[in-house]
Amino acid sequence: MTVSLVLVVIMAALIACGVYLLLERSLTRVVLGFLLMGNGVNLLILIMGGRSGFAPIYDDDLDPAQYNDPLPQALILTAIVITFAVSAFLLALIYRSWRLANADDLTDDADDVALRQGTVAMPAEEVALDANDTDFPAEASR
Amino acid sequence: MIATLVPLVVLVPLFAAALTLVLGRRARPQRIVAALALTTVLAISVVLLIGVDQQGAVVVEAGNWPTPFGIVLVVDRLAALMLVVSSLVLLAVLVFSIGQGLADGDDETPVSIYYPTYLILTTGVMVAFIAGDLFNLYVGFEILLVASYVLITLGGTQARIRAGVTYVIVSLLSSILFLAAIGMIYGALGTVNLAQVADRMSELPIDVQIVLHVMLLAAFGIKAAVFPLSFWLPDSYPSAPAPVTAAFAGLLTKIGVYAIIRAETVIFPTPELNPALMVVALLTMVVGALGAVAQADIKRILSFTLVSHIGYMILGVALGTVAGTAAAIYYIVHHIVVQTTLFLAAGLVEREAGSTSITRIGGLLASAPLVAVLFFIPALSLGGIPPFSGFIGKLGLFEATAEQGDALAYVLIGAGALVSLLTLYALVRVWNLAFWRPAADVEGDESRLLRAVEEAPDSPATLAETRATPRLMTLSTVGMVAVGLSLTVFAGPLYGLADRAAQGLDGSSDYIELVLPGATTGEGE
Repeated sequence: MTVSLVLVVIMAALIACGVYLLLERSLTRVVLGFLLMGNGVNLLILIMGGRSGFAPIYDDDLDPAQYNDPLPQALILTAIVITFAVSAFLLALIYRSWRLANADDLTDDADDVALRQGTVAMPAEEVALDANDTDFPAEASR
Repeated sequence: MIATLVPLVVLVPLFAAALTLVLGRRARPQRIVAALALTTVLAISVVLLIGVDQQGAVVVEAGNWPTPFGIVLVVDRLAALMLVVSSLVLLAVLVFSIGQGLADGDDETPVSIYYPTYLILTTGVMVAFIAGDLFNLYVGFEILLVASYVLITLGGTQARIRAGVTYVIVSLLSSILFLAAIGMIYGALGTVNLAQVADRMSELPIDVQIVLHVMLLAAFGIKAAVFPLSFWLPDSYPSAPAPVTAAFAGLLTKIGVYAIIRAETVIFPTPELNPALMVVALLTMVVGALGAVAQADIKRILSFTLVSHIGYMILGVALGTVAGTAAAIYYIVHHIVVQTTLFLAAGLVEREAGSTSITRIGGLLASAPLVAVLFFIPALSLGGIPPFSGFIGKLGLFEATAEQGDALAYVLIGAGALVSLLTLYALVRVWNLAFWRPAADVEGDESRLLRAVEEAPDSPATLAETRATPRLMTLSTVGMVAVGLSLTVFAGPLYGLADRAAQGLDGSSDYIELVLPGATTGEGE
């Protein structure tokens, strides 16, 4: 099985950058990291499909060995759709988090912090949006 | 005949999800559709289990595409058993949440989205259990995970968003790992069909096999919350709504364990990684139990015991014997039922006492004796007190482990016994503080209800506040406790079934012969 070196290098770079960004606390970077890694893995599947060839549309004149392997492409299509849906959800989650806390950082678990300090965690108060901690004062006053 | 039923376990909840979505804000028809759909799924699963147990496994080629090319659905005894248990648990949790929703007036959770998402979760669970190829398993995982992302952040409060972010990111990482593993398996073997993968795996050099094996185990290990990949679970589960946590705790991690069983018995029946898995099982048990002892919130205690008991199942799988797998299967069934019941009981506690923190509540035995009983029975079962199902499961596991007979096996038996004591200790602590301790002893006791009653004894708001726990919530918990007790009463037939299921998984040849009749090892492309 021969493989294009360019594809392998791109895949490695995508996954490496993706891992780096996933390790950040900022949620926006985490999303970017997830997208890079997802695309890196899609490339991996493409590489695993083997050598390049003609599109696998049936043609009398072509030797079957000249076709490209269609299955990995079908797998990638499915994976792309899933990645798309999940990143839409993630963006909504971050937007919500930003509106509530005005930050997109991932904070520590309140119970964990309490346990470390030997105190008892109080349940998080249900914070109502007020004009001071959101960028949307119009909505908060509603 | 039975074969036509197999796709229905997926299609019924999927179409019901679409229907409930269309019904939108009309809560009553939504509830009826959801409950009917899950009852149907349960009935179909029971028929499947009986049929499969009598006549052998069923293989369905979706769309009549021949097996290695099309999508294949496989229901063997293990899959059928898991279908029955999970649809039962999903139905009980649905009834619980209907009861809770009716009482809370549905103001906290957006009702129009809850039922469709819950049914999609059911769909994903069913797909994962009957998938006959790795990619379909991945799709099943994704369906249930995406639904679970929505359910765990339901309502979008700050605590849930925070917990949800951890959960979502960790799950995404495991999905990416799984997808990469599928890509590499395809590159190495040219197929994603489980039977064909199993058939060709032995031709690969051993080091390539181990790389693929470890990648799959890491992906499934995150989903199953196996130490050291378990840190996310106690962080994220407790903040979700009570019925959601109950369903997640009962089912989602067990699907990871199910995938590990499939990987260990069908794809990699060879014993290279079994000692490593045993060490991982040991650490999962001990670390989870120690975490449970340190916590002060019932839901968090239960989450840590959940992690620790995953270790028992991994131990059964790691033995690589029929007896070990059978014990693991029985233990999975026991644990799904008991852990869900405990979380439902915790939901009742939260409703009665207004909190699940054992430092802030007390006197529940006097004020809510039924809840106390409903918590006590599954707690004893989880702690492994005879004659409950937890004891039978652990006994089976220890017997299977003792058969192996080396030092590591006896260390694991000792650790298993110790961990069951620690579990019991953690749960007895809950019992002593939350149930047994008189409410007057609670430091700074300021019950929401008491305050309201003192301030305005007869106002309509107070009366609404102190209304009784909805009957449906109690009823579904009682039902789950009864199911848990029946695991003890019918332990003989059930263990026999688990044993037959495990025999069907002994080595990969049965599975290959089932899905690809006539295939022999070494044929390849």
